[in-house]
Amino acid sequence: MSTATLENDKISAEELEIVRPPLVLNNRTMGWISSYISSIVEAKTPLWWYLSMGVTVPLTLMCFLCLAYLIATGVGVWGNNHPVGWAWDITNFVFWIGIGHAGTLISAILFLTRQKWRTSINRAAEAMTLFAVVCAGIYPALHVGRVWMAWFLAPIPNANAIWQNFRSPLLWDVFAVSTYFTVSVLFWYTGLIPDLATIRDRCTTKIKKFIYGVLALGWRGGNRQWRHYEMAYLVLAGLSTPLVLSVHSVVSFDFATSVIPGWHTTIFPPYFVAGAIFGGFAMVLTIMIPAAAIYKPLHDLVTISHVDKMCKIILLTGSIVGYAYLMELFIAWYSANPYERAAFWYRAFGPYWWAYWSMMFCNVVAPQMFWFKFFRTHLIWVWIIVQFPNAGMWFERFVIIATTMSRDFTPSAWGMFHPTWVDVCTFVGTFGLFTTLFLLFIRFLPMICMFEVKAVLPEADPHYGEAHH
Amino acid sequence: MNVAGDPSAPLHGIAAEFQCARDLYHAAEKLRDAGFRHWDVFSPFPIHGMDEAMGLKRSLLGRIVFFGGLTGFLTAVTLEFGPSSFLYPLIVAGKPTNIFSVPAFFPIMFELTILLSAFTAVFGMLIMNGLPRLNHALFNWDRFKTVTEDKFFVAIEAADPKFEPVAMRELLESLGGTNITLIHGD
Repeated sequence: MSTATLENDKISAEELEIVRPPLVLNNRTMGWISSYISSIVEAKTPLWWYLSMGVTVPLTLMCFLCLAYLIATGVGVWGNNHPVGWAWDITNFVFWIGIGHAGTLISAILFLTRQKWRTSINRAAEAMTLFAVVCAGIYPALHVGRVWMAWFLAPIPNANAIWQNFRSPLLWDVFAVSTYFTVSVLFWYTGLIPDLATIRDRCTTKIKKFIYGVLALGWRGGNRQWRHYEMAYLVLAGLSTPLVLSVHSVVSFDFATSVIPGWHTTIFPPYFVAGAIFGGFAMVLTIMIPAAAIYKPLHDLVTISHVDKMCKIILLTGSIVGYAYLMELFIAWYSANPYERAAFWYRAFGPYWWAYWSMMFCNVVAPQMFWFKFFRTHLIWVWIIVQFPNAGMWFERFVIIATTMSRDFTPSAWGMFHPTWVDVCTFVGTFGLFTTLFLLFIRFLPMICMFEVKAVLPEADPHYGEAHH
Repeated sequence: MNVAGDPSAPLHGIAAEFQCARDLYHAAEKLRDAGFRHWDVFSPFPIHGMDEAMGLKRSLLGRIVFFGGLTGFLTAVTLEFGPSSFLYPLIVAGKPTNIFSVPAFFPIMFELTILLSAFTAVFGMLIMNGLPRLNHALFNWDRFKTVTEDKFFVAIEAADPKFEPVAMRELLESLGGTNITLIHGD
């Protein structure tokens, strides 16, 4: 199977393969990688793409119509009301922003830790990050109610010459999320430049050549360019690593810095970050498995070994999340604070018990299937199992937000949250938006990072085939 | 010798094609030892160790980013303490703006440090690479299009003091280069 013909060498080709299994299967060449990945972009638009867009575009429009209705009428069209002032909107915000974290983890943290298997999944995962953050951004922006006053969040004095409170977690959130989005765009685009140049050089029509030519910024692939490029990429990875850990920490500060029982806990930042990575990897698998099923040769790049590794990350982070849930319960009891105890009792056995136990089952029990290799290596099973974390992470945020707020300190202020049709349609619509953006990405941009995959082929080594070691 | 581009345009340089990363690497070592200054090797992906083979130092970009990050940090310090201390002093959680309430200002300092560092990294990289640009003399050579696919190239510019087309051609041939071509263009 290996192409390595290392005669006169102490390590035989077979042995080498055991030490370092090939990342790309079936001896694919550099030319094949370019031709195949680019052909997805160059080929005539396939029928399945139109059919999928036929579903997702109307959903996207439904989302936009709901938002237009909300802006025209007022934030009261959502079910948010006293005492549940943050409801599905913030639940959905945290849900979507969490999903983005897997993309940055793959592109940044796995890059710094020299996990070369990341090369075939990082592009799609980063794209997923961007689209998830786009979906997330809708909610806090619209949640402010009077959207045309959202500029009050910008660090400039508002209409009454009042400055922002820079010590407010909500303002931290504005900075964290906008920085996260901007840096993710920069990182993603930087990674795209050499691949856009590949598409530019293969283009046959003038108009495509012009568009991809402009997007590729005149990239030539000279080593004098690569050395700055690689440094920029390394720096971006180094910056994104603390950034991705900080974003969900800051999101969790929105809750943790309050004095609400059930929110006021120091475990929140690490627990949120682990949950975000957990949910994000589930979403990566949710979209990558169908993509590779449609474009079958991608299985040589996104192999079973990739899926297996991602499942292990889901198992690890899911177990961390499970530990955090149990630790929350323990601390609630151990704190001897009656409000804290009541809050957690209410979560598990109050009227929202179904959300709590759904969360527990989906996030803690279901991923334990990944202890078994069978479930990590059979794609249909993987796809089914990762739907549990997808749903479970939404339930987690709903449990944290809705059940906590529905019981205020005085029983006279207690109440339940009931979503309206606008809540439901907006949320369903964001899935349409997310999928539409991802379909556009698959159609017009190379979904695998071609130059990085070429660089992990054995023949990319400048000493490939030379006898000395 | 093959010629690419409009021959009436000034000579950009001479280029040769190589078939694999290893040959390109060894060609780069020889050209470095021959003492050329204005030359480059082109490849579909960054080649490990090529900087040493070409005799290039580590990119300065990393150091420049430090100053970008510092600018971001100082921007955040000014942006936060200016209004909170002078323009619109606020008592938050019973605390004025002073040394003891500084930790609550950290998140924004952190975010802006990251943001401006990232801008510096990306735009600094583009500026140091002379990008974006819409055209380049090398694009006049049709074979050069395969550099983003699976071929490798060496180009020595006419601006190099040791440039001399006939000798260059022999040198590139001896290194294993094929399709040696003179490139014209601005």
